[in-house]
Amino acid sequence: MRYLIPIALVIVLVGFLAVGLKLDPRKVPSPLVGKPMPAFSLPSLDGSRTIDDAALRGRPLLINYWASWCRPCLEEHPLMMQLAARSDVNIVGINYKDSRADAQRWLARHGNPFGEIAQDVEGAAGLDWGVYGVPETFVIDAGGSIVYKQIGPMTVHDWQTEVAPRLGVRP
Amino acid sequence: MTRMGLSAAMIAGLWMGAMTSAWALEPEQQARYQSLVHQLRCLVCQNQSIAESNADLANDLREQVRTQIEAGRSDQEILDYMSDRYGDFVLYKPPLERKTIVLWVGPFLILLLAAFIAWRSGRRTAKSEPSAPDQERLRRLLERENP
Repeated sequence: MRYLIPIALVIVLVGFLAVGLKLDPRKVPSPLVGKPMPAFSLPSLDGSRTIDDAALRGRPLLINYWASWCRPCLEEHPLMMQLAARSDVNIVGINYKDSRADAQRWLARHGNPFGEIAQDVEGAAGLDWGVYGVPETFVIDAGGSIVYKQIGPMTVHDWQTEVAPRLGVRP
Repeated sequence: MTRMGLSAAMIAGLWMGAMTSAWALEPEQQARYQSLVHQLRCLVCQNQSIAESNADLANDLREQVRTQIEAGRSDQEILDYMSDRYGDFVLYKPPLERKTIVLWVGPFLILLLAAFIAWRSGRRTAKSEPSAPDQERLRRLLERENP
């Protein structure tokens, strides 16, 4: 009986620690989820035109921040290629702090899953998007709002459980 | 230029690049800059402020703080700019709101609880004087040892 309180405290503490262990501190929830995507205006990767947020409204899509120097981007790349082959998934790439030549070489070598690619050389748009590492993938609804942010490479499991339902397509 | 001279110049250039962000400001702005970059947490190396971190992003954020100070933004506006994009996580001192109430009040609750437990167990020890049969036994034991 006299050990009741200490035991209860230990159980509570262990509960907190158990939850804490399962949380990934590298995944910082974005305050942008639920808000309209930030305004931006960036050159396309081939330099031929400008891509802005207004042009991307009107249909659900994925916005994928990636770079040729980014090792984890290769991890999700096969999945991105699979998704790109589908007619109901649109992926817009934003090339982050990269050079045009390196980015184009990377795409030529590994394949291009993106319908459109904008280039964010300085990472200035990335700041507005709250990007702090690549890859990061945003799910955008038809109204142009951010409904989910995938931090780090997207796994098949992430796609099936988190991303596809929010994008409104079958996994 | 010799190779050594060239690399010395390059190192000096890098060093100056790292320093410029602090040099361009007035003393009063400089103080605000220092205070702000120590209040903001780096998202890449998470246990460092953006003042301490060498991460690329920390550098961008320091630059952002500097340009916003130059543009005449207030400290609160700059902190809001950061937390609008990166969440309360970037603030070493998060605001007091419903989500963070446990963070702010929790330690005091635990302290109160600990004080209560200490007080209760203190009272219990104070009460536990030896009882009458114990006294009797104690006396006999003492007598046996020192007759």
